[in-house]
Amino acid sequence: MAESTVIPEDLKPLAPPAELRRAPVVENNRRLGALTDQLSQFAEGKIPRWWWILFIPAAFCATVLLPVALVYQVSAGVGVWGNNHPVMWGLDIVSFIWWVGVAHAGTLISALLFLTRQHWRTTIGRAAEAMTVFSVMMAGLYPAIHVGRAWFDWFMFPIPNSNGLWPQFRSPLMWDVFAVNTYLVVSMLFWFMGMIPDLAVLRDRATTRPRKFILSLAAMGWTGSARHWHHYEKAYVVLCGLCTLLVFTVSSIVGLDFCTSQLAGWHATIFPLYFVIGAVFCGFGMILVILIPLRKWLRLENVITLSHMDKVAKLALVSGLIIAYIYSMEFFIAWYSNDPYERWVFGHRLFGHTYWFLGWILIGVNVGVTQLLWFKKIRANMKALFVIGLLINLGMFTERFVIVVGSLYQDFLPANWGVYLPTRWDVALYAGSLGAFFMLYLLFIKFLPFIAISEVKGATPQGNPHHPLGGAKGGRS
Amino acid sequence: MSKKPYGILAEFETPAALLSAAEKVRDAGYSRWDVFTPFPIHGMDRVMGLKNSLVGWVSLMMGAGAFVSVVGLIWFANAFDYPLLVGGKPMFSVPMTFVPAYIMMIMGAAVGALIGMFAFNELPRFHHPLFAGRRFELVSRDRFVLLIGSTDPKFSPTATRQLLESLGGAHIETIED
Repeated sequence: MAESTVIPEDLKPLAPPAELRRAPVVENNRRLGALTDQLSQFAEGKIPRWWWILFIPAAFCATVLLPVALVYQVSAGVGVWGNNHPVMWGLDIVSFIWWVGVAHAGTLISALLFLTRQHWRTTIGRAAEAMTVFSVMMAGLYPAIHVGRAWFDWFMFPIPNSNGLWPQFRSPLMWDVFAVNTYLVVSMLFWFMGMIPDLAVLRDRATTRPRKFILSLAAMGWTGSARHWHHYEKAYVVLCGLCTLLVFTVSSIVGLDFCTSQLAGWHATIFPLYFVIGAVFCGFGMILVILIPLRKWLRLENVITLSHMDKVAKLALVSGLIIAYIYSMEFFIAWYSNDPYERWVFGHRLFGHTYWFLGWILIGVNVGVTQLLWFKKIRANMKALFVIGLLINLGMFTERFVIVVGSLYQDFLPANWGVYLPTRWDVALYAGSLGAFFMLYLLFIKFLPFIAISEVKGATPQGNPHHPLGGAKGGRS
Repeated sequence: MSKKPYGILAEFETPAALLSAAEKVRDAGYSRWDVFTPFPIHGMDRVMGLKNSLVGWVSLMMGAGAFVSVVGLIWFANAFDYPLLVGGKPMFSVPMTFVPAYIMMIMGAAVGALIGMFAFNELPRFHHPLFAGRRFELVSRDRFVLLIGSTDPKFSPTATRQLLESLGGAHIETIED
């Protein structure tokens, strides 16, 4: 096996010292053919046992629990949830924001890191995009049912109807409809377009006729012509730009749902930014939770390297620090506003009744645990990172609960106060959506190219025509 | 079932070998040739003389079209067809339309980028003469293939083949149309 960074003798004097050298995108310097074999191996091989062990419970939640929860909820009404006066937004909206949040890191990794030319993103980009697509699907489910009469959902779209009514376009809730649908469509387009060359890889490797037929249809007749790549790369960079806009738009609009209301605890100009950063932070947690086991089980440690996980952890740390700043700003502004209602709500987040412990979980996890990521030892320890990823997800779920329920349960009139507890149907719906997400994700890793095969090969020195390993004679590396 | 040749394929081991072969094919005066690679090769656009792709313009047009249509739709829906008074504000103002129009602009531009890419690449196309190539399936793996098309004015079944051989191309194969 060659060493990880091969520098030919005549270039050694020009090369930077070891500690300044960039970590290679793919370790072990495998040849392109061997790399292709390795990356398409899982989608072609036999289904391993761990896949079934995860798939069966996920599929049970998705195909039994979720439909039962939905059918009962839609037929009986929103009353089966714990939502009631004064807490009209409960676990459904909490889960909605959480799922939108999980989606955002996927787009950030695949689009924004492409625009900033971070080659390491090629290895985890596809996995992150799939996370985006599936979690936006789950997010979209909640508002559609939360309206109560789900069969009137089409009222939200500007469709000419016999009542002569149109949506009210000034409402952020209306903007949400557009934002979430656009996010779903655009992230699916982006995901699919990125996959076309890799579907062609699988098509060319297919051995059975049905497999070849299906993959031929999916690959759209991709040949790998330089002219095709030329238009493809342009379309890709345009889509990346658009997806980056979406990262900053969709959660902002969700934030606007809250901050345009008058409620203390919601009525703050920081909300759009707050939701975007919270979303990205939560999504990085989810990326850690998904990738750490998969890189091991799929034997991709040389592709999704420790260095890549280190970078994801650093991004989680950065977004966690911004979150910590926003928390302190929220509390400071509540105090500085001198508004008794604001002060009351924020005081009760930590020292109130019923939900006070959630405030401490939120700060303990999102601000406290995140600081562990400062340490290189922790960032290199996959077990610790996995646990931190899980805790970040829990912390962000708690945060949304604190924002939504913690602001609603005590509004301006004490006569309006109440307590909200999720019912079993709230929990069943959330578990069902989690199951559906993981079921789709497991199907994705088994049947579709989980790693962007062509992008990864293009990011290796063997794929660089100006690098000695790519066949260049002399020249710069 | 014509026996007309579609072109001649030659295979190269590394991207650098393909790039230098492509330069020589261009210098030899060929104009209808193409390369097939597992991933885009840096510098190939310049060698092939490919101009800036027009996909961006398609995307821009569709995005702008979506933006303007949504502004129009909102004016029609909330100010003209069923005037809706909300909070004493004007029936129609440009700022109120911005967010939905902007979001739909992203949708339109994204669809435009995808449609533009497919249209310029003439995809989907499920049959292609090159798929009959014996080793063409290796392109998506690790081979770098150069094709000189038979429609090229300089194309000659023997001279072109010799040129590709002299450039170091392996597994030279004539593809039938």
